[in-house]
Amino acid sequence: MSEPLLSLKNISKEFYGNRVLEDVSFTINKGEIIGLVGENGAGKTTLMRILFGMPVIAETGGFGGTIELEGTPVVFTSPFDALDAGIGMVHQEFSLIPGFTATENITLNRESLKRNFMCDIFGERMSILDRAAMHNRAQAAIERLGVKIDPETLVSEMPVGHKQFTEIAREIDRKQVKLLVLDEPTAVLTESEAEILLASIRNLAAQGISVIFISHRLAEVTSVADKIVVLRDGKVVKETPAKNVTIRDVAGWMVGRDVKIESHERTPVENRVYLSVQNLWVDMPGETVRSVSFDVNKGEIFGIGGLTGQGKLGIPNGIMGLFPAGGKVLLDDKELPLNNARAVLEAGLAFVSEDRRGVGLLLDESLDWNIAFTAMQIKNQFLTSILNLFSLRDAKGMTKLAQEYIQALEIRCTGVKQKAKELSGGNQQKVCLAKAFALEPKLLFVSEPTRGIDVGAKTIVLDTLRRYNKEYGMTIVMVSSELEELRAICHRIAIVDEGRIAGILPYSAAIEEFGYLMSGSAKEGGAA
Amino acid sequence: MKWLKDFITDFGWPRIIIALFLMALFIAAPFVGVKLGPSFTDVFNRFGQNAVMVLALVPMVQAGCGLNFGLPVGIVAGLLGALITMQIGLTGFTGFVVSIVFTVFFGSLFGWFYAALLNRVKGEEMTISMYIGFSIVMLFSILWLVLPFTKPTLVMGYAGEGLRRSISLENYWRHVLNDNALTIQIGSVIFPTGLILFVALCAFFMFIFMRTKTGTAMTAVGSNPDYARASGVSINKMRTSATIISTIFGGIGILVYQQSFGFVQVYDAPLFMAFPAISALLIGGASVNKASIVNVIIGTLLFQGMLTMTPSVINSMLQTDMSEVIRIIVSNGMIIYALTRKTKVAK
Repeated sequence: MSEPLLSLKNISKEFYGNRVLEDVSFTINKGEIIGLVGENGAGKTTLMRILFGMPVIAETGGFGGTIELEGTPVVFTSPFDALDAGIGMVHQEFSLIPGFTATENITLNRESLKRNFMCDIFGERMSILDRAAMHNRAQAAIERLGVKIDPETLVSEMPVGHKQFTEIAREIDRKQVKLLVLDEPTAVLTESEAEILLASIRNLAAQGISVIFISHRLAEVTSVADKIVVLRDGKVVKETPAKNVTIRDVAGWMVGRDVKIESHERTPVENRVYLSVQNLWVDMPGETVRSVSFDVNKGEIFGIGGLTGQGKLGIPNGIMGLFPAGGKVLLDDKELPLNNARAVLEAGLAFVSEDRRGVGLLLDESLDWNIAFTAMQIKNQFLTSILNLFSLRDAKGMTKLAQEYIQALEIRCTGVKQKAKELSGGNQQKVCLAKAFALEPKLLFVSEPTRGIDVGAKTIVLDTLRRYNKEYGMTIVMVSSELEELRAICHRIAIVDEGRIAGILPYSAAIEEFGYLMSGSAKEGGAA
Repeated sequence: MKWLKDFITDFGWPRIIIALFLMALFIAAPFVGVKLGPSFTDVFNRFGQNAVMVLALVPMVQAGCGLNFGLPVGIVAGLLGALITMQIGLTGFTGFVVSIVFTVFFGSLFGWFYAALLNRVKGEEMTISMYIGFSIVMLFSILWLVLPFTKPTLVMGYAGEGLRRSISLENYWRHVLNDNALTIQIGSVIFPTGLILFVALCAFFMFIFMRTKTGTAMTAVGSNPDYARASGVSINKMRTSATIISTIFGGIGILVYQQSFGFVQVYDAPLFMAFPAISALLIGGASVNKASIVNVIIGTLLFQGMLTMTPSVINSMLQTDMSEVIRIIVSNGMIIYALTRKTKVAK
């Protein structure tokens, strides 16, 4: 292996004056698996977009540096060029046609064809599909992965894991494929499916296909990769063989500071029920809440955990009036009107939604709008009155508020006038938090505050929540799928199962007890 | 050169090209025998005549209802306002003001129904609004025949009932804004100060309104309805207010247009009034979901400038009358162009 398959040399890229990649260089040998890791916003996605010649790169001013494929410099102007050169990509989101079978998806636009007399008259496009040959090709591609999927299954009827394999099979069905880029391929898979996927990646590498493996799950990266490349703030901070590297090492390189979700001291809680939820039901698609009752004390951080789809997300969304709900919710002994978003906000509740881009942000507006808007609408702040006749937006006040929060929460941006859509996931989440804090709420709901954001931002977000709890005595209800993070900052944690509370445990309870509640086995036990 | 590049991306190629083209027309005009003075007068008049209707589109764009192809709803309200005032027999400036009052009333009423309809077809506003516009014009074509107007100047001569196709404003409030004490004449250029001031007043009102709490909420609804809802803003209420304001301004817009044009045109005349207004807004740099007052002013100037200059200069050059053809190509071409680049907004 004298000559590397692909080498990236001094790649750099700027977006809106933000330097996102600087002097990135590394090489990939034939049959090698590279684990590419980095925080959100470290530049992984941008790097892959450059490699793939995505049009968005050229539209925003191109990039610096060179890409060499087998020794010759290449410039891809569109993803098709990259495909032709033998680079395949599997995206985080599936790009499959649900109504087609696995075979049809795998061979799409490269179908095996049978000629007939029509071809002589009208040309190749009149050929008939050679179903048998296609079936065999699909079968072969799937077998190369080392999994068992019936090629004639409709994609819409497959479990997620199989969809992921179908995607990969489609890429390796190309004869000339040399390099496969897998962007978070295991994010949607269960643990056992991920195992199989990792095995098939090794399998592919053994057959001489190089793989760039991007994942947040560091355990997978360290176990599967031959070499690990760590990006931080657009620079390669570490390029090392994966042998003898521990997860802790990688995590350390990624954030450049110590990361561990450690257990902190809890602030003392007043022994007084502040929020009381009684027999709440919420009709939120996919997250139905059937009957939930719990009490939260003043000054407490109350965690709500549970598996996806069991209804934990429905609780805050229902109380905040975003989905139809019923039951009784008392704040400080006063009943809150349900199904009325405005009244709930006026009563002093605030909500950081799990759907950051959909509900949490005005993507096309600037940061000061994003942060100040709710406070303006609910509390009539940031308005200047003109002659007592009407009041106008107070642009100065909004800017000042935004600047305060940008500083307090370390939001990385070019200024208050930057559009929210240009920030990375972690920074967007901080903007969502700032929006909620600007309301100075008596009680804050946070839903999946760390979903899809990197370790560094995660720490800041959790620290911020803890700080507001400690310094302002803010009562917080935090909903999260990550039990570890709930255990790290909450006082008590409720586990939701099938739309009901399976049990409420102190944070110090053993992890097995939580697992027991999540498994649904506590249903008849009456643990609640 | 960086500032030039930035300026071009900020301002947008289409607007630059149109502005350059307009300049070229003005430079070429004297050589083909078109007098500059009256041309400028024409551009000012047509700008003032149309600007309010363009302005009327802004709130609905900002509230996420898209381009108001249903502008004829407002126009019909304006027609009704004007005709009722004429029937009562009020003339001059008083007549104009009273017709605005009637227009505001009918505009609110029609706008409310129009909004109720649009709130049921979220996402398809532009298609639906176009049909609503067409339908209301046709409905009123019937009403113009049967409504009990009796003034001899309004109704058809022989039958004594049913409105005339176009009704002269000569003895009512023709040129009440265009031609008054404020009008300034410099050489052969007549500057309609009153008209421009009225437009400025409307624009100022809109500017202030978009900066109030309600205006801000409206913009947020257009930007991300779910965000607005989670912030306690009622999406439907905001869209309703935007539609009502747009309809009222559409009505006032047609009143301004009529007093400058000199005639009230009924029946199918309002049918295609929305298109030039929309093209002007889009030329001004607005997109389907963002529009500003600056877009309105620049757009109306460029679009009306083109409409004034292109036919006269080109006709003189080619010795044929192509004005209508060119007008249609430009205004519809601009709509198509703008709809294909839905998301990009120029400052």
